[in-house]
Amino acid sequence: MKAHYGYKDGAGDFFVTIDTDRCLVCEDRRCVPACPSGVFEIIVDDYDDEVAAVVEDHRKTLKYSCAPCKPDRDRPPLPCIAACAPGAISHSW
Amino acid sequence: MPEYWRWTEQRWHDQDRDWHDGELVTAGVDVGSVSSQAVIVVDGELYAFASRRTGSDSPESAKRAMDWALEGTGMTLDDIGFVVGTGYGRVNVPFSNKAVTEIACHARGANFMYGPSVRTVLDMGGQDCKVIRCDERGKVTAFAMNDKCAAGTGRGMEVFADLLAVSIEEVGELSLQVEEEPPPVSCTCVVFAKSEATGLLREGWPKSKVLASYCSAMSHRVSTLLEQVGVEEDFAITGGIAKNVGVVKRLENEIGVKALKTTYDTQIAGGLGAALFAQNLLRKQRGAS
Repeated sequence: MKAHYGYKDGAGDFFVTIDTDRCLVCEDRRCVPACPSGVFEIIVDDYDDEVAAVVEDHRKTLKYSCAPCKPDRDRPPLPCIAACAPGAISHSW
Repeated sequence: MPEYWRWTEQRWHDQDRDWHDGELVTAGVDVGSVSSQAVIVVDGELYAFASRRTGSDSPESAKRAMDWALEGTGMTLDDIGFVVGTGYGRVNVPFSNKAVTEIACHARGANFMYGPSVRTVLDMGGQDCKVIRCDERGKVTAFAMNDKCAAGTGRGMEVFADLLAVSIEEVGELSLQVEEEPPPVSCTCVVFAKSEATGLLREGWPKSKVLASYCSAMSHRVSTLLEQVGVEEDFAITGGIAKNVGVVKRLENEIGVKALKTTYDTQIAGGLGAALFAQNLLRKQRGAS
């Protein structure tokens, strides 16, 4: 399942999407320590699988939580996406 | 003063079956904004359920639904191995062992009620409306929810039942008693739609025509939600509005897909899915111990 965490407001759509079918096969879980803002955590989902999720406190502030990794120019690869071996994480903005 | 929005509460249990013979007795409790259901499953088969109106107190509503489901079965809460809470009030079910989202539970419940061929589930509940795509096991693959508004939900229909003094259970049939389909009222907001309908009644429109206009608006609003996720057949509808033939027929015409029929009460889909989740969790728990 593609789990979308985030919100939309007048400035745009700010969603981090986690493909849980890809995520659950990952053993490293490097996304959690890779994020400097501590956006990710590992939870047990409805199907009793351990998958990554966005921490509740960050779900309504993602635009700002992710801002340090998203400079206007010369943007480097996002640490969470670079750390995610199965390619389960994507950002909408 | 009669309250036309009040739907009939339901209860059923399988009198031909002795639950003592079952190995896995589990339950699901779906506390929604309008109704609460308690569903008991024995070895993967539906054994009992109760569907009641939700009161102002979620834990009490869960308890009332469960007490009614247990009535006459000789079973007590202690005989149930695992309880899963779901719905709007899922974290407020005092006797649940785990909470699972209603999205996952409706997909699972629809898979049981309509069979493994279901790929798209439309849950038309009291407070919200969800389109859920699932696989052959009833596992969610994608979903979309309505915006924050009563338009396109059961509560909106209750408002119209009260406005027109027509029993909520007769709204669907009455809305089909029109010679020609009238243009829909506003589907953006129930307050706007209600105000528009009041004007139409003053103009002399019969109740059936006003209801046809609202059912049409509701199906149009829901169809735009379905478009977001896409409809893959087989298509099934769960929740209270699935019983409103006026909305279902208009929706089928609008999207060009027929909804599957079932003999189960469509309002129990969430609770039934929760009970089936509970069964898997109980099996896992026993396997681990």
